[in-house]
Amino acid sequence: MIHTENLTKKFGDRTAVEALTLDVREGEVFGFLGPNGAGKTTTVRMLTTLIGPTAGMATVNTFRVGQDDTAIRRCTGILTETPGMYDRLSAEKNLTIFAHLYEVADVKGQVEKYLRLLGLWDRRGDLVGNFSKGMKQKLAICRALLHEPAVVFLDEPTSGLDPEAARLVRDFIEEIKAQGRTIFLCTHNLDEADRLCDRIGVMKQRLITVDTPTNLRKQIYGRKVVFHLRAADDALLARVRALPFVKEAQRVENKFVLGLDDPETHNPALVRLLVEAGADVQFVGELRHSLEDVYLSLVGETGDSTANHANFR
Amino acid sequence: MPKIWTIVDKEWAEVFKNRLVLFTVVFMPILFTALPLLMVAIGSSQVDMGDATDMPASYLEMCGDLTGSACFTLMMVNQFLLLFMMMPLIIPVTIAAYSIVGEKTTRCLEPLLATPITTAELLIGKSLAALIPGVLATWLSFGVFAVVAYILVQSPELLRRILDPMWITAVGLLGPLLALAGINVTLMVSSRVSDPRVAEQASMMLILPLLGIFFAQIAGVLMVNAQVMQLAAVIMVAIDAGLVYLGVRVFQRETILTKWK
Repeated sequence: MIHTENLTKKFGDRTAVEALTLDVREGEVFGFLGPNGAGKTTTVRMLTTLIGPTAGMATVNTFRVGQDDTAIRRCTGILTETPGMYDRLSAEKNLTIFAHLYEVADVKGQVEKYLRLLGLWDRRGDLVGNFSKGMKQKLAICRALLHEPAVVFLDEPTSGLDPEAARLVRDFIEEIKAQGRTIFLCTHNLDEADRLCDRIGVMKQRLITVDTPTNLRKQIYGRKVVFHLRAADDALLARVRALPFVKEAQRVENKFVLGLDDPETHNPALVRLLVEAGADVQFVGELRHSLEDVYLSLVGETGDSTANHANFR
Repeated sequence: MPKIWTIVDKEWAEVFKNRLVLFTVVFMPILFTALPLLMVAIGSSQVDMGDATDMPASYLEMCGDLTGSACFTLMMVNQFLLLFMMMPLIIPVTIAAYSIVGEKTTRCLEPLLATPITTAELLIGKSLAALIPGVLATWLSFGVFAVVAYILVQSPELLRRILDPMWITAVGLLGPLLALAGINVTLMVSSRVSDPRVAEQASMMLILPLLGIFFAQIAGVLMVNAQVMQLAAVIMVAIDAGLVYLGVRVFQRETILTKWK
């Protein structure tokens, strides 16, 4: 659905995006992560034809950036970093204007549909200037979807929202994903990316990596399983470490943290060994590194900490 | 075309909620119509205006066989009719300044530019939104002035000279040309500032040549006549062409998004 090849953008001497080669599949939620100034917004602006690339090429829904710009604008919706609504106009008037600009056939019907979907129908006549940030953000999402675009670019959709509003927006993103739309999601909220995205690209001027959140974890940390025992000692750990399929073993108080390639196959054998050795196995779980650890490792900041960031599933 | 009118509709819906803009659009035409009418009323009240021979020679030449009082009235009305040239400049500049800088400060331009609207449609829409109220207000005011002057002035000869075709041409042609110049200057100034008042004040510099003519006429140095108006119209066409060219060059999507801060 989105394809780029060596897409590059320079502002004077500064390179904002360097040789970005990327494929976003139809119907997926693609998370685009990176620190501030990594080139995420510049990439979105190039893909939505707001600015032109310095080099390279890109297509969106088979239309080529720089050649079919109007066609791209017709089939894409964008939620910009700031909602950018007309404060002196009502919510309904704001959407009506954009529906006309997007050449929507049933302007009234589409405006009503999205105002109802996002829970703003009762406030349709109110001036947007009186709306809370969350309401403005919801209205901006309505605007991005009015013309039923095939590709939706969302730049920080839950930024600055309270937990309730953020959850509503996330639920709505899942809803539009279920409709088969392709979603390009720029976010700093790694938990959100973890929950919503099928695949994640990490960017820092250049694209560092693209994969599913699970594979990224595996790629960086491998798979680890934690065995909670009533009592554990180093002698028992040494016996476990000697097993050929155990790649890594570590004791943290009464817990063994073991690196395994295939926990589904090897966990039963490990439990048997521990029980035969007289240990009481209280609980077994996979150590799940947060996406934050993965992200920080990828962008070159300090990541990790088995003990501090891990959680179990 | 429908997108252009959507932009015009949006601009009017938004900008006329701004009290300063509304005040400018409503109050200025009232004031600028009342002043020349006051002159006409005074001139028609048979008050003794004194001896016409004290007037500048250029006026005496223009007055021809009018009485001293009628000549004085004509001179005063001619001074104030220049205000009708300022109106199509001031109103559009005020609207354009708030429209463009307002778009920047509320960060609405990016979602607007992400729609299938072309830069030309956006520019024309914004220009028309500023131009139409300014020109209409000028024409309406001049119409009101003409009707009331017709009722007030007793001398048919004086009325003919007040409602000279020169003024009708000036208001009908020079007015829109001045408005277009004002809008283009505002557009360019707006790209460099983030306060609509700064854009407005900078663009108002365009009034200076008009004020120069106004004072030159009072001093008797220059007489506004058909030739002056025709010359002004030709000059304005050339200036407008240059300004439109520059305005379109300044208004590039990428420049707006990356440099308009």
